[in-house]
Amino acid sequence: MPTPPETNNPPSIALKHVWKKFETQPVLRDISIEVEPNETLALIGESGCGKSVTMKLMMSLLEPSRGEVFWSGRPVKSRSDAELTRERLQFGYLFQGAALFDSLTVYENVAFALKQNTRMPEERIREIVYERLKEVGLTESICSRKPAELSGGMKKRVGLARALALSPDVMLYDEPTTGLDPIMSDVINELILQTRARRPVTSIVVTHDMRTVEKVADRVIMFYPLSRLKNDEPQIVFSGTYEEALASTDPRVTTFVRGQAGERIQEMALSL
Amino acid sequence: MIGRSLLAAVESVGNLTLFALQLVVWIGRGLPKRSVLLPSMYNIGVLSLPVVMITGGFIGMVLAVQAYDQFRLMHLETRLGAVINVSLVKELGPVLAATMLAGRVGSRMAAELGTMRVTEQIDALTALGANPIHYLVVPRFLACFLLIPLLTAVADCMGIVGGWFISTQVLGINSFHYWHHAETYVTAFDVLSGLFKSVFFGASIALVACHRGFHCGAGAEGVGRAATESFVLSFVAILVLDFFLGVFLNAVYYTVWPASVPLL
Repeated sequence: MPTPPETNNPPSIALKHVWKKFETQPVLRDISIEVEPNETLALIGESGCGKSVTMKLMMSLLEPSRGEVFWSGRPVKSRSDAELTRERLQFGYLFQGAALFDSLTVYENVAFALKQNTRMPEERIREIVYERLKEVGLTESICSRKPAELSGGMKKRVGLARALALSPDVMLYDEPTTGLDPIMSDVINELILQTRARRPVTSIVVTHDMRTVEKVADRVIMFYPLSRLKNDEPQIVFSGTYEEALASTDPRVTTFVRGQAGERIQEMALSL
Repeated sequence: MIGRSLLAAVESVGNLTLFALQLVVWIGRGLPKRSVLLPSMYNIGVLSLPVVMITGGFIGMVLAVQAYDQFRLMHLETRLGAVINVSLVKELGPVLAATMLAGRVGSRMAAELGTMRVTEQIDALTALGANPIHYLVVPRFLACFLLIPLLTAVADCMGIVGGWFISTQVLGINSFHYWHHAETYVTAFDVLSGLFKSVFFGASIALVACHRGFHCGAGAEGVGRAATESFVLSFVAILVLDFFLGVFLNAVYYTVWPASVPLL
């Protein structure tokens, strides 16, 4: 049983010259990113440009085809399976569709990591589950419900409560506001801010939603799809603050940040 | 084209072997929690009982109806019990119980795990500190592996009862002679060889189904394909294993009892 490390010092995360391809499909090419402890980093870019893959590489849910991932300056590869499992518990991951376990109730979902990785008595587990649900604005009354009975926003919040159960040092949010109405999107953004305010935590947010970026991110990194790049062009086309992204002179950045189709309409028309 | 298909086949077998090795390693590291294992055993064992009982019962009745005319022509009607019972315990009971399990349980497991893969629930397990092989595959494998002999025994019993009912109550064969010949010709080795084979069938069903589910393609199409492939590959595996295990068990039988004459 891996015991979660009790730290309040989030590890630094670094990807160095990382490449990733699935079978013959390259997704990432020579990516290098460093995330400082307690920083909130937003990864933006078009669909299919490799943002979610990058985040899974950061948590070691995927292995790079080339290059290395570092946690606190030490390569992830150098860790044993047991070490990796234990240190991975420093990370909380909010999946795009929440990825709640269908066969378990809300309570069992939120309690999962606690039961799996600690020897806490049931009473203490119950207290933590209720506390986490309260943190995300949910009540104990939904504990017996199955994920299929929840709305999209509730699923995301239960997913967040589950990710926060072990008080992680690093929170990874994969498109946290996708598919939600503007009010619920703002609720999720607020929850991201509250989580950061409550405890020291490094946050990495993959998103298309520029309101989320504006509201939560200290720094923004923009990826560009490999299919639209020449061989020698870097895949990360921007790194800086949200304000700097708005003021960028690179049309690839400005069209995305402002949500303008730009030349893409003409390109699509040509490709038809 | 042929070369590519061959390479893909070799790769698939290699993947399946690695998956099986991981499974063995995780079984060695400890049994899953009761709260995880018991629901799997209930789903796989208890819920499969009705379909296995119906299949077993009807196959015994069909054997009686189909074989009766030939045996009557030779005035050997009373030997019908021996033929039905030997066929059931050695061959039809294990193969049919396994086929039903592949259809009912194997496809379900592949679809279930495939959906979990597609909806990132398997990644979520890893993120929450659980090993997906240990949490998802080991209980399903153990449930199939441990319960299929019991399901096979139930199928055998139902087939024997079904065959006896039709033979004696419908076709008019004398019940005493029916059982007398059945008892003479059916040996413990026949029953045990059927149960022995069933263990391999159960293991192959769980292994193939979980492997297909774990390596499921994207979307609903991927899940559907995983479920179909799981059944087809399990069925092929059952028949191939049945042949080789049959040959092996015959060799064992004649090695242990060299003087014995083939039974029927």
